[in-house]
Amino acid sequence: MKRLTAEVCALVLAGVVFLVPFAFILLTAGKNQVEATALDFAWPTEWRIVENVVEVVEARDYVLLRAYVNSTILTVASVAGIVVFAAMAGFVLQRRTGKVGNVANFLVLSGLIIPPAIVPTIWLLQALGLFKTMPGLILVEVAFGVPYAVLLYRAFVAAIPRELDEAAMIDGCTGFTLFFKVIFPLLRPVTITVVLTASVAVFNDFVNPLYFLPGDDNATVQVTLYSFQSQYSTQWNLLFMDIVLITIPPLLAFVFFNRKIVAGMTAGAIKG
Amino acid sequence: MKPAAEPAHARTASGRRRSAYPYALYLPAAVVYLVIFLVPTVMAFYFALTRWTLFDSSFVGLDNFKDFLAEQNLRVGFWNTVFYAVSTSGLKVILGLLLGVLLTSRLRSRGFLRSAVFFPVLVSTVAVGITFSMLLKPDTGLVNQVLGPYGRDWLGDASTALLSVALVDVWKGVGLATVIYIAGIASIPEEYYQAVAVDGGSAWHRFRHVTLPLSWPATYSVIILSFIGGLRSFDLIWTMTRGGPGFTSDTIASIIYKQYQAGFFGLSTAGNVLLFLLVTAIIVPLTYVLGKRQVEL
Repeated sequence: MKRLTAEVCALVLAGVVFLVPFAFILLTAGKNQVEATALDFAWPTEWRIVENVVEVVEARDYVLLRAYVNSTILTVASVAGIVVFAAMAGFVLQRRTGKVGNVANFLVLSGLIIPPAIVPTIWLLQALGLFKTMPGLILVEVAFGVPYAVLLYRAFVAAIPRELDEAAMIDGCTGFTLFFKVIFPLLRPVTITVVLTASVAVFNDFVNPLYFLPGDDNATVQVTLYSFQSQYSTQWNLLFMDIVLITIPPLLAFVFFNRKIVAGMTAGAIKG
Repeated sequence: MKPAAEPAHARTASGRRRSAYPYALYLPAAVVYLVIFLVPTVMAFYFALTRWTLFDSSFVGLDNFKDFLAEQNLRVGFWNTVFYAVSTSGLKVILGLLLGVLLTSRLRSRGFLRSAVFFPVLVSTVAVGITFSMLLKPDTGLVNQVLGPYGRDWLGDASTALLSVALVDVWKGVGLATVIYIAGIASIPEEYYQAVAVDGGSAWHRFRHVTLPLSWPATYSVIILSFIGGLRSFDLIWTMTRGGPGFTSDTIASIIYKQYQAGFFGLSTAGNVLLFLLVTAIIVPLTYVLGKRQVEL
């Protein structure tokens, strides 16, 4: 009995604290403009879901659709870069110890800890002709995302027996062939984890697009949401519909791959 | 013959092993990391000492740092950053541990609760910031309607603005701390709990003498992760208060953005260098102290 009461209390508390904000988002997103201004929990007298979606999508000449395209390109390209580059590096890092390996380990840890220097990065991108371009932002996301992915890959490679490399070497596979033909396919489980965690991180990233890819044409969904915040100061139903639309991709990832994501986010942590 | 042949064989074997893992595999990651991350990080130490327009820079020595320490609206960011990092990581440790213990117990609804607690981790920070700005509105916001007479203008009042943002940060991030603790607690061998049961220990004993000390690696990770995140936190503060009212909830990261927007690139970069020094000054000793504690156990 006591256990049941405690459980009910925990459920109610967690429900209020963690679900009420989402209920608020959904309710407000379905209201009409007048009712949404109240910002309360009243049940909408009419559900304007379709109308609100259409209005948000059409706003400012379909900026949200363009933002979705930009975010998709950014996420896919950055995650592809992170996966391939980090898998290669994590493989050598685990297999070949020595001075170079020590330096690489140090750089990986530095990359996790040091906050990026913003304006010097802009200066450098400008010198390379990549400032305010999508390729520039992709390189930034790859550079900032690689260290954590290398950690995950290094840990996973440690579990692949060296005998396998040696068997492949007898067949004449070394270096890049060994890696891409033999090792990389075996890394599939950790690759899925890296793809998920990195996708969520890049898709939700606000700071880097704000600095390195400003401007309406290139806006990613997060930046669009940010500019909607001031633009829709009276149309909160549209603002919250925008939030709903932007939360769909991470929600899908969460529904289908929750365990993988949790594994990826805790893997690096527990070993320290 | 034989002794001579052996080393020769060993040499070719080791030579072959070496070439099997060529350093060239580092190349793509190394190039991107060095050019986009390391070069700007190193250059920041020079540009922080200049008055700088991106195209040309004139050396001004430590003036930018003097500004940071002398001007009230810049200095406040320094202490706000420390306060924000300490309060968010402290709360994430306490609440993460409590939720971790709760969600590894035999609750029937723990699967649902785990999901509910973890989902905010995956939601965009901007979305969370906007939602809570609305919930915290002085007149109409839900928080004040619940609190009634105890309500106040959470984000508009200098004394509560930063704290409110920090609490929202905890709401969004505690799920990660919780799953780290769940993984840590799950890896504690069952025998320890059985030993406490044999001695007739209470639930408090189980927590105090088994769970708490043996989940230390999780605590270590949560502290380090949330400190690193808290020190550089920008998006939540920016969407909720823009550093306001005035500059009372500015952190170093928001000052870097403000100075960049205002065109003071040297000053902005000095903020970056200060943040770098602050992060190093806190994380390196912390890693050392916490790592040492881990060995002792």
